[in-house]
Amino acid sequence: MNPLLQVNNLHVAYPSKKFFKPALEIIHGVSLDLAPGETLGIVGESGSGKTTIGRAVLGLAPVTKGSIEFEGKDISHAGKAERRKIARDLQVVFQDPYSSLNPAMAVGDILSEPLVTLGATRADARRRVRTLLDQVGLPHDAADRLPREFSGGQRQRVAIARALGPKPRLIVCDEPVSALDLSTQALVLELLLDIQRETGVAYLFISHDLAVVRHISHRVAVVYRGEIVETGPAEDVTLKPEHPYTQRLLLAAPIPHPVQQERRRAERLRLREQQREQHEQTAVGLSRA
Amino acid sequence: MITYVLRRLGAGIILAVLVTFITYLLLAPSFEKIVRSILGTAATDANVAGRMQKLGYDRPVGVQYLDWLGGVFKGDFGRSLFTSELVGPAVTQRLGVTLSIVLPALAITVLLSIALGVIAAVRGGTIDKISQGVSLIGMLVPSLLLAIVLVLIFAVTLRWLPATGYAAPSSNFDGYLRTAAIPIFVLLIGGVANMAAQVRGAMIGELRKDYVRTLRARGMKNTTVVMQHALRNAVGPAVTVLGLEFLAMLGGALFIEKVFALPGFGTYAFSAALRGDVPVVMGITGFTVLLTVTINLLADLVNGWLNPKARLQ
Amino acid sequence: MSVEQLTADPDLEASARTPLWKRLAGDPQAVITGAILTVIVLVGFLGPFFWTHDPNAADLNYANALPGDPNRPLGGDQNGRDILARLLASTQTSIIAGLIGVIVALLVGVTAGLVGGYLGSKTSAVTEWLFNLVMTFPGILLLILLMPVTGGDYRVTMVIYGVLLSPAIFRIVRGLVIATKGELFVDAARVSGLTDTRILARHILAVIRGPIIVASAFLVGTAIGVQAGLAFLGVGSSAVPSFGSMVSEGFTNLYLRPMQFLWPSITLGLITACLILFGNALRDALEGGQKNVGGRKSRRPASSARPLEPIPSEENALLVVRDLQIGYPASDGTVRPVVKGVNFTLNKGEILGLVGESGSGKSQTAFSILKLLPAEAVILGGSVWFDGINLLEASERDMQKIRGRRIGYIPQEPMSNLDPSYRVGAQLVKSVRATTGVDRKEAKARVMELLERVGIANPERVYRSYPFQISGGMAQRVLIAGAVASRPALLIADEPTTALDVTVQAEILDLLRDLQKDLDLAIILVTHNFGVVADICERIAVMKDGRIVETGEAVDVFDNPASAYTKSLLAAILDESTVRADRPAALAQKQE
Repeated sequence: MNPLLQVNNLHVAYPSKKFFKPALEIIHGVSLDLAPGETLGIVGESGSGKTTIGRAVLGLAPVTKGSIEFEGKDISHAGKAERRKIARDLQVVFQDPYSSLNPAMAVGDILSEPLVTLGATRADARRRVRTLLDQVGLPHDAADRLPREFSGGQRQRVAIARALGPKPRLIVCDEPVSALDLSTQALVLELLLDIQRETGVAYLFISHDLAVVRHISHRVAVVYRGEIVETGPAEDVTLKPEHPYTQRLLLAAPIPHPVQQERRRAERLRLREQQREQHEQTAVGLSRA
Repeated sequence: MITYVLRRLGAGIILAVLVTFITYLLLAPSFEKIVRSILGTAATDANVAGRMQKLGYDRPVGVQYLDWLGGVFKGDFGRSLFTSELVGPAVTQRLGVTLSIVLPALAITVLLSIALGVIAAVRGGTIDKISQGVSLIGMLVPSLLLAIVLVLIFAVTLRWLPATGYAAPSSNFDGYLRTAAIPIFVLLIGGVANMAAQVRGAMIGELRKDYVRTLRARGMKNTTVVMQHALRNAVGPAVTVLGLEFLAMLGGALFIEKVFALPGFGTYAFSAALRGDVPVVMGITGFTVLLTVTINLLADLVNGWLNPKARLQ
Repeated sequence: MSVEQLTADPDLEASARTPLWKRLAGDPQAVITGAILTVIVLVGFLGPFFWTHDPNAADLNYANALPGDPNRPLGGDQNGRDILARLLASTQTSIIAGLIGVIVALLVGVTAGLVGGYLGSKTSAVTEWLFNLVMTFPGILLLILLMPVTGGDYRVTMVIYGVLLSPAIFRIVRGLVIATKGELFVDAARVSGLTDTRILARHILAVIRGPIIVASAFLVGTAIGVQAGLAFLGVGSSAVPSFGSMVSEGFTNLYLRPMQFLWPSITLGLITACLILFGNALRDALEGGQKNVGGRKSRRPASSARPLEPIPSEENALLVVRDLQIGYPASDGTVRPVVKGVNFTLNKGEILGLVGESGSGKSQTAFSILKLLPAEAVILGGSVWFDGINLLEASERDMQKIRGRRIGYIPQEPMSNLDPSYRVGAQLVKSVRATTGVDRKEAKARVMELLERVGIANPERVYRSYPFQISGGMAQRVLIAGAVASRPALLIADEPTTALDVTVQAEILDLLRDLQKDLDLAIILVTHNFGVVADICERIAVMKDGRIVETGEAVDVFDNPASAYTKSLLAAILDESTVRADRPAALAQKQE
């Protein structure tokens, strides 16, 4: 089966703000693939470059090397017109539900604008907006309201509805639940899972939270300092990781139970000692060589 | 710090050169008209061409400008086309009068604005309302009208101060104070109205920041936190507009000089411009721009000292 | 399926959708000044059709004529020209001058601001430099000096002045565009394939038009003032009637006919004052007035005075909070409670987790113990007993002695809680000296020791660094050092690890645990994260909607939650057993 998205040896570098300074490379050769209807979780800490990978797929980050094939076509350097075509199949949900919706536009306009851009008539767009609001569990009168009248979780539902608008095949979800409260987070994740089962959309799901990624992903890739250090089925990577960094990540995430967490903490401290010793040995080995 | 200063200085000099060059370019098309007016209606085309050549106005504009610039670097601003007096000394003398009004007004504005802005932001309530009201009045009343009204009150009706005239502070300080008091006051009212509001806004923003609460949580006195921490961070943006405030006051001084009949460089600039006295016009532009650049540099230095991020990055 | 509520703020909802003109119509300042301005514009432009006297026709019969003459209703000037006709014509001149200046400034400033803000950082740098150049031009002086170029035509002069004004607009637009460009909704529009022009027009202009309209109102006033000033100086043609020339002539004739001076002065003053006041009203309507937070006063209504309440004497208790109530003033004048009667006791050396979702009142409760609530907060009642005194009734001076020395504070966001302008070491030395009064040298020694104690590998370097030169985790260690500098008995930690990566979070929690043991600290840890609670807290208080719904030993609460709310929260946690099991639909179908 052909992958929906295939990223090969991706490099991303931002040009320096100052004149005559070299560009700063954020992503150093990342490869990944994603099947239709699948969720690939990308997990990493701040500054790891996980968000940049998503932005590169969306055409929001400068790709300096490598390719991003979507439905078999390289879109790493797609122009505006081509992007508009891709937009039908590739959409996004961002982290911050406050800044991802234009505060000056009513929700109905926010939802219909991408549809109209893609060639829908106003009447069609309006009908579709109603369906979308139903789909994400918002009342119809939401269309006439401004984003600031909604809570964080509801805004995130609006953002999801916007992404669903053109019936895409892939949605890049960039930390979509990190800004939400615990109970809201669970509801939004449930919504995303329901939608995937109904529509067969694929998710590139970016998060810093191993538990969230474990819950929603079929497969998981771990990003560390601009590279993928480990990929595999969600259960393997998030519960029995092989790479030392993923191990550190897993053991650092506290378990929400005092007794289990005490055990987890002891395990983490043991791993830290172990990795430190290994590190010292390699350092000694290197200095001898 | 030294590279920061040099970089700012370099940028300032480039700016000064460009501003004077653009002014020269704008003036250049009227040179022939000006020469014709000097020679009178009887002059033939040949006469005009001859004088243009003698003044060097027949050369390409770029060459003329470079010639002027070269002179400036040697301290020679040329001579007036009409009175033949040396431009350099003439401008500095007039400028001295204007600056003796503008600089004290600017200094008092800065001090008063910071004091008012801080008090209004920290105390709030009635004091805040009063200072906002004063600011508003300062903004609402055009300084020209304010100047005239003050003359009417203090000079004409009460006869406390002379209505017009000027005494240099170096020769007759008492006389200077008496003649300069109202002009300085008029200038600083507008300045304070503007700047105090800015300081107040910046202070309110700063007092809401997290670090203010954290410092207080460590047992530091509120006044220490306000004066040593919040103020230092709030005053930076206000200092950066110092150059603009200086220019605004210089502009205001031009009107006020006329009301008080001060022998400043406003009237001088006006008559030179009216006649088209190119070297004088250029000299005035050059001096003003240099002054602005210096003030901007000072503001940048203060800001760099206040704000290490601007200095180090 | 949604259990969330629409935002509970009715004023916000109401104001959100009211159109700008409606909000303006409700503001007397806007209505009055707007009406005056409209009348002036109408009179200026329509008046000359009804009062057809030539404003420039001199007639020495009417020289310095007094008001009241049928041919010179407002009198004549020294040349016998009709003052009424001149006032009408001057109004026109002023308005045209103001409009030319603003339109040019808007054309240049908005265009350049959009381009400079939206395009790459290098284009932006170039445009910014260019406008800095324009700003360095000595504006009014230049207009005078350029008389040979303008030929004295006030319209040409105002075009140039418009260019000189444009940096003000440029700066506003560019700043707003850069801020807006970084917003995610612009990224979302780009992903949808919207063209740059459409994004600029629909998304960015929509957000920034408000501030531009406000600035324009002020700039019209400035331009009118400058035009009048120039005419006062004599720049410009004498054939064009203008307030400036009228004031100038009236000024010379002041003692003989003061009215000649007053008429134009009053009209000019009225126009500029109305423009500024209207601009202010416009700004208030668009962004809401800037409220003052003040620093000192914390209002206390009478209901809080309960002098006869006995000091709770629980053995081993360090802090006793009783019936704490905090509210915030709503726009309708009432006080809306956010903490509605909180009770808890903290023992010496105990770590209590104050858990809840956003808006539960957990942070407000924590800050009230330090008495560092925002100035507008109102303590509605209750008491906070610490060291035998009720902190809610302690004076600011007493609190200064308690803060830092007896109660320390660790904030959430490491970077914003350090003063950006002071080196890390200097900030810590200052606070150490504020609480202990030791000299600079000893304070420094103590700070170095502290930095080492909180696990900073290179304390000397961190001591000399500015906050923006160190990492977030490092900054949090510095803040912890600051909190424990004077060995307090109680630490208030407000979401101390929320802004950090999990690996850093684990280290910071280790550090807190260590310090707690060493110093026998009691800690109130405010958090929404049950993992953090499980890691470090001995007891838990769960908060919801301003109340504590459940308190207990950590293990008990996790194993047997008593309240339904705690149960629902615990159920929402994604623990290690929640692994996605179903296969991708496409793959599953293929296998079937």
